[in-house]
Amino acid sequence: MSITSITEVYVFVLAAFLGYQIVRKVPPLVHTPLLAATNAICGISIVGALVEAGAHQTRMSTILGVVAVTAATINIVGGFLMTDRMLKMFRPRAKPVARAKPATETNGRSPGSA
Amino acid sequence: MVRTLFIEGTYFAAAVLFILGLQSLTRTEGAQRGMQQAMVGMLLAVVGTLVNHGIVDYRWIAVGLVLGTVLGYPLGMLAPMTAMPQAIAASHMFGAIAATLVGVAEYYNARGAVGSATMTALGFETMLGALTVTGSFMAFGKLQGVVIDRPLTFRGQNAVNLGMFGAMVAIFIYLIASPVHPALFYTMLGLGLLIGVTMVLPIGGADMPVVISLLNSYAGLASAATGFAIGNNVLIIAGALDGASGFLLSILMSKAMNRSFANVLFGAFGTAPTGAAKTAVGLTVRSISPEDAAMQLAYAGEVIIIPGYGMAVAQSQHQVRELAEQIEKRGGTVKYAIHPVAGRMPGHMNVLLAEANVPYDRLYDMEEINAEFDHADVALVIGANDVVNPAARTDQGSPIYGMPILNADHAKSVIVLKRSMNPGFAGIENELFYAPKTSMLFGDAKSSLTKLVSEVKTV
Repeated sequence: MSITSITEVYVFVLAAFLGYQIVRKVPPLVHTPLLAATNAICGISIVGALVEAGAHQTRMSTILGVVAVTAATINIVGGFLMTDRMLKMFRPRAKPVARAKPATETNGRSPGSA
Repeated sequence: MVRTLFIEGTYFAAAVLFILGLQSLTRTEGAQRGMQQAMVGMLLAVVGTLVNHGIVDYRWIAVGLVLGTVLGYPLGMLAPMTAMPQAIAASHMFGAIAATLVGVAEYYNARGAVGSATMTALGFETMLGALTVTGSFMAFGKLQGVVIDRPLTFRGQNAVNLGMFGAMVAIFIYLIASPVHPALFYTMLGLGLLIGVTMVLPIGGADMPVVISLLNSYAGLASAATGFAIGNNVLIIAGALDGASGFLLSILMSKAMNRSFANVLFGAFGTAPTGAAKTAVGLTVRSISPEDAAMQLAYAGEVIIIPGYGMAVAQSQHQVRELAEQIEKRGGTVKYAIHPVAGRMPGHMNVLLAEANVPYDRLYDMEEINAEFDHADVALVIGANDVVNPAARTDQGSPIYGMPILNADHAKSVIVLKRSMNPGFAGIENELFYAPKTSMLFGDAKSSLTKLVSEVKTV
């Protein structure tokens, strides 16, 4: 174990502890946006993917890297957009305006309702 | 030197912005802005990485980034709120694919000649990554209805799973001691992929909140392991945050479903219930007409609505809100009681109702609202079943015994909107439906609610 890897373990443990303490305070109201948000943040593995894709070490690692960059980008773009769309609904309103959307706007059909 | 400082600076900023972004979620005020800042953090980290010395060719990177954006945009923008669980499962899968492939590429480039510390990190990365890839894919399939939703079990399933898991761990330990065994490395990867499938197969739709949270945790840990492997702190921090968050959510969800902590850790949940503990023989239900139900609601002082997944399936959130508005217009108060596992992922029901413009301060958690049922005039149960089943409190033989439930039976009267008398997900009879104070309004939730709205208007 080198000194750097020990430092990394410290960082990991402290960040996990911090994450636990923060998430404990997140109200169940926004648990779904929370999952989407952590999911998006987790796309940070794009950092590793970019290096593999651009470093030209072997043909194989370039291919794997490009696929990884694509996948991570989907994760990041999709994740953050979902989070944003959901959090928009939980924005405190200045006054409770009943901005009623027509019911027909919902997606999909109700299965089985003939 | 300046370049290194810049790169490290972007990583540091990204880590701080991620933490602040999560912190902002503890309040609804500023949550959206906080997460937008986290998005900027991600962008900074990408820019920082792109100026890295090691990167010599940007063409393929551009292809990957463009392709990923083109595919990720519709995933993020078009998924309806009801489909949020599977959209997030899909997104998990892509994130895990990235982490796994980076691990494989690292191992491949080094031809296995890596130190034991790096091998440990790579092992965790590929194992957890692989497991998350297929696990999320299966979860996606089940939620989307591509893969059968009901639990799929076979004899000796646990033995097979444990055997595979044991083999994977054994290979991993062997590889740490002697890393240059590519065949073993790829076997480990393959086992991880297989375990992801077999882990989710026996799990039914109602258990999805636990699965999604757990996969979230695994995906985070895989990212953190990537960070250890390539020596990058921002990955470690982001992965640890995600891992801890998913872990905590799976504990919360498993508690809400009365599954033990060990069950969550080893993924051995979701075994199909052996059968109804109590049968409904000799019991009768009282059916009610929409007119009578509307009358009851119109004159109620306090109504608590208990929405379940059935409501979401029937796409009737908007009708629920309209009904609530009509009741309020007549002077009644309406609150919503949200069980932690209502819906298909943590917090799913809140999102579905918020989308229908239900003011989110009317949405109450189980702990907040349970005492209020005692003075509620009507508890209106819409497409929920197990979360209001008193058997969870009283019947030790019931598979859901011990699960915390909403005290719908404490209300002065109960109206249940239900398609038919089919038992719920767990296949358990619900005594509440046979209680003298309960009336059943049969039919599709959406059409029942539409009738109720128009009836309440005319009362």
